[in-house]
Amino acid sequence: MDYSQFLAMKQEIGLLVVFLLIFLFDTFSSRKSAKAVPALSVFLMGVLTLWGFCPLNSADASAFAGMYVTSPVMTAIKNILNVGVLIILVQSVKWANSEFVAIRRGEFYELVLLTLLGMYFMISSRHFLMFIIGLETASLPLCALVAFDKNRYESHEAAIKYVLTAVFSSAVLLMGLSFVYGLCGTLYYDGIAMMCRSQFGVMMAVALAFVMAGFGFKISLVPFHLWTADVYQGAPTPVTSYLSVISKGSAAFAFLVVLTQVFGSLYADAWEWMLYALIILTITIGNLFAMRQVNMKRFLAFSSISQAGYIMLAIIGDNPMGVSALMFYVLVYVFSNLAAFGVIGAIENATGKVDMTDYNGLYKTNPRLAFTMMLAMFSLAGIPPFAGFFSKFFVFTSALNGTGSVALYVLVLIALINTIISLYYYLLVVKAMFINDSDSPVATFRSACSERVGMWICVAGIIGLGIVSYFYDYLLTVVY
Amino acid sequence: MDITIPVLILAIPLFMFLLLGLAGVKMSHKLAGILGTLGMGTVLVLSYFTAYTYWFSGSPEFIDGTNRLQFTVFNMEWLRFTDFLSIKLGFLLDPISALLLVVITTISFMVHLYSLGYMKGEKGFQRYYAFLSLFSFSMLGLVVATNIFQMYIFWELVGASSFLLIGFFYTLPSAVAACKKAFIVTRFADLGFLIGILILSFYTNQLDFLPMTQNPQGVLSSFGGATFMGASVLTWALVLIFTGGMGKSAMLPLHIWLPDAMEGPTPVSALIHAATMVVAGVYLVARLFPLYMLEDAALTFITVVGAVTAFYAACVACAQIDIKRILAFSTISQIAFMMVSLGVAARNGEVIHEGLGYMASMFHLFTHAMFKALLFLGAGSLIHAVHSNNYTAMGGLRKYMPITHWTFLIGCLAIAGIWPFAGFFSKDEILTACYANSPLWGVWMTVVAGMTAFYMFRMYFLIFWWENPDYAARVKEQEAHGHHASMPHESPLTMTIPLVFLAAVSVCCGWMVPFGELVTYDGHEYHIHIDWSIASMSLVVAFAAIGLAAWLYMKKNDKPARMADSCRWLWTAANRRFYWDEIYLFVTRRIIFDGICKPIAWFDRHIIDGTMNGLAYVTNSLSGAIKGFQSGKVQMYIWWYLVGAVVLGIITAVCVL
Repeated sequence: MDYSQFLAMKQEIGLLVVFLLIFLFDTFSSRKSAKAVPALSVFLMGVLTLWGFCPLNSADASAFAGMYVTSPVMTAIKNILNVGVLIILVQSVKWANSEFVAIRRGEFYELVLLTLLGMYFMISSRHFLMFIIGLETASLPLCALVAFDKNRYESHEAAIKYVLTAVFSSAVLLMGLSFVYGLCGTLYYDGIAMMCRSQFGVMMAVALAFVMAGFGFKISLVPFHLWTADVYQGAPTPVTSYLSVISKGSAAFAFLVVLTQVFGSLYADAWEWMLYALIILTITIGNLFAMRQVNMKRFLAFSSISQAGYIMLAIIGDNPMGVSALMFYVLVYVFSNLAAFGVIGAIENATGKVDMTDYNGLYKTNPRLAFTMMLAMFSLAGIPPFAGFFSKFFVFTSALNGTGSVALYVLVLIALINTIISLYYYLLVVKAMFINDSDSPVATFRSACSERVGMWICVAGIIGLGIVSYFYDYLLTVVY
Repeated sequence: MDITIPVLILAIPLFMFLLLGLAGVKMSHKLAGILGTLGMGTVLVLSYFTAYTYWFSGSPEFIDGTNRLQFTVFNMEWLRFTDFLSIKLGFLLDPISALLLVVITTISFMVHLYSLGYMKGEKGFQRYYAFLSLFSFSMLGLVVATNIFQMYIFWELVGASSFLLIGFFYTLPSAVAACKKAFIVTRFADLGFLIGILILSFYTNQLDFLPMTQNPQGVLSSFGGATFMGASVLTWALVLIFTGGMGKSAMLPLHIWLPDAMEGPTPVSALIHAATMVVAGVYLVARLFPLYMLEDAALTFITVVGAVTAFYAACVACAQIDIKRILAFSTISQIAFMMVSLGVAARNGEVIHEGLGYMASMFHLFTHAMFKALLFLGAGSLIHAVHSNNYTAMGGLRKYMPITHWTFLIGCLAIAGIWPFAGFFSKDEILTACYANSPLWGVWMTVVAGMTAFYMFRMYFLIFWWENPDYAARVKEQEAHGHHASMPHESPLTMTIPLVFLAAVSVCCGWMVPFGELVTYDGHEYHIHIDWSIASMSLVVAFAAIGLAAWLYMKKNDKPARMADSCRWLWTAANRRFYWDEIYLFVTRRIIFDGICKPIAWFDRHIIDGTMNGLAYVTNSLSGAIKGFQSGKVQMYIWWYLVGAVVLGIITAVCVL
């Protein structure tokens, strides 16, 4: 066996090393020195993030008989995920040191990094067996994470809902894949892509639908999204932000790869229309539910569902521009959503409040938090000049860039109308903070240093990516 | 050329704006002021260095033999629309942008320094310096723009910072009204500018200046002789672009905002509304001059607008009481001189007199910036001393404020065009260019020049000579009312140093700067030679006007009052600025608001809002109707999941078969 092929897995091995270091430190450290676990995790994750960036332009490589591949695009998407995870780790330091969490905080970091490793494999696999291993590695530890607040009833409920839906969706996905295997006789992406045109038929269509349903669960597309709101609400806030950003971003990219590279040849007839229906349902129903939410985490759950629909727009165009539009969207979404979750987490840690009415008058007591939240909302709603505007713009452009059929124009029009609806509920939050008065506003408090650092990074990202939106052009050069 | 310095020239003011704007509240007044001034001082040094390198280093990047080149320091892509059309941000170095770099940073630095004394103790001092930095950044970005869209972006930014600074005393209703007026009028004009940009880029597929101005014939052919309503489309585009310039440079009939803009702090008037922002319109025309040369109609339009404005503003300036308003109208009139000078510089696609008009316009822009800033800062010093804008509260001040008096006199002599002060040289070039084009414009502008000398010295005599009011009695009376008051006195050093410096520049810059070698329309040297037949005539006219002013206003007498009485309607009309504001009010309130806006508002309120409310209602009830979907029961979740997967499968199967 040629051991040098492990070199292609530079990032995976790096992540594994980081995971093992934290695991060993956490296991063998005394209770006192275990306090250093969050700081150590942040530091190691920071190193790993930097490590991912060098060399800047990595080459294409494959390993294990083509089951695993890497390319500059994949390195870039992994780097984006790394940045997101780093922000989440920074933001969660205070939470991890809180009274009930402190005793098992090591597990939080270990499980997060382990799921990230699973996502890496999901992205890089070129063989469905490898893919399933990655997917399960990314899913099962998340159940434990959702149930992390084991003293809270909602946390349990969320975990059981998550685990049941996850198992069910895995079953559906595996069933779809077994059809595929039966028809094509291979699980390699390339092999299936070559075979599936000749094997094209009802069976293949059902298989494709089941595979999409499996992904729909991870990305929370309607109607596979129903677990999302309960789980987001019940899970601890850092886990929620991890679920909404990292888990979703990685799955979206893997979905893009599977659709375009495996089933790409079926394009015009089959998966376009399925995705078409899913996008309309996802964006619209996500929006309609987000309008009436009271709990902020639940609110962001539905907002993230409709955002997922926008991400799918980058896939439906089926062109290289869509790949970079997707990456840019995920990157911007990382900053915007984590800024929102950062504020929610900070307020939750300080006061325990998570309802939108609790945010009334926030501007008067905590102007900086209110401002950060406002930027996040503006960016999520896609108001220029913030990053979110450009990410939506690029996604729309990429959707129209391919065939430019009338149906796609209609789709983009529906998406545009939905951005107006989304503006309503994003501005509700801003209105609560800046205009509504409150008898008992959130008291003025100083958020922890770690939380502030996390929010600063996000704010810089939201404004910075808006200004240097030509960063997108850089991503384009990576893709081509 | 290394890009570090150009980047710093733009980055430092921007950084200062952010620093003073965000952290200013925590600073003391003094620290904020000094930081702002030091920042601007650095930019001043860097700009001087850049301009010096450009003109005098003789590097082959900048000069080819005797031909000065236009040099793009950097030009990075910011937003890409299509393969050939993208918005870029860059730094263009050529004679006029180098000239404006010098002008802007000099005046801005002087104003920063002056404001340390003038704005001392004002509430919001840090905010003031933050806005000054923002303005300097925007103005610098405007003049170095490599493409018309970048220029437009910074054009709006200077408009916004002008808005912020006019409304600096935001508790005064008049200041609030003035800043809104300035913003709305210039924005309205910018609409024309934007449409012009769109037309131009639609035909040429181009936003960059250099490819357009270096190949005007290519632009002409890309329009393919298209016409619209009797004029060529290119003319329309150029006139519409000029409309933006008319708004910013306060040309008739879009001049109404500038006199009101004097509600802002006086140093701001000196910087924005005399020396820099208001000449942006002139700069715009100069920047696109090779294109304007293609269309005589556009140039004629500019000439006529300029000439009428110059005359009109000079008339109004003769009948104002507020000294800042007099200076404002004088500014309008002088900018109109520059416009006329550009307008007469070419005919039939050929420059006249080796492009003298272009050179003269830029020369006047330069000298005018210096002496008009001087006059405004002098006016600020006077207002600081007597706490009133009106000359009726002044008189005989030469004894109390000697430095202000002498520097102000120099400013007046310069603007009146007396040899050897700066204004003489530039104005003489403009008049020569006018005569070269047509005797009509020559005579017309000579008359306006005479009027300039008259109203400036009318103001000068009324402030510094005339009668000597009993200041001591006034102080007593004010103190009896419990107000703090003092005798008029000379201003502090931070204010007089800029005055003295600018006065020195106004004396020297006309004959010391080899302007014709530095700034010309095509980069080739132009040898300035004074045409004494024209110069002597304009000198005679100027001296006659000054003499008339001295005869009327030097000593207190009733001649001016009798004159005004004998021709009451004319005096009132001029004093009321020939009722332009009233006309605007009538047109907006009676015709536009009542006739057009009210029906539209009704339509908006009932039809459009009704539709929107209906849609919102539908959306809301839809949202309510489907809420059972999210039942909270995990069995249902999985059931829906299965339904979803099966339906997807069926859809696909149907599509396939």
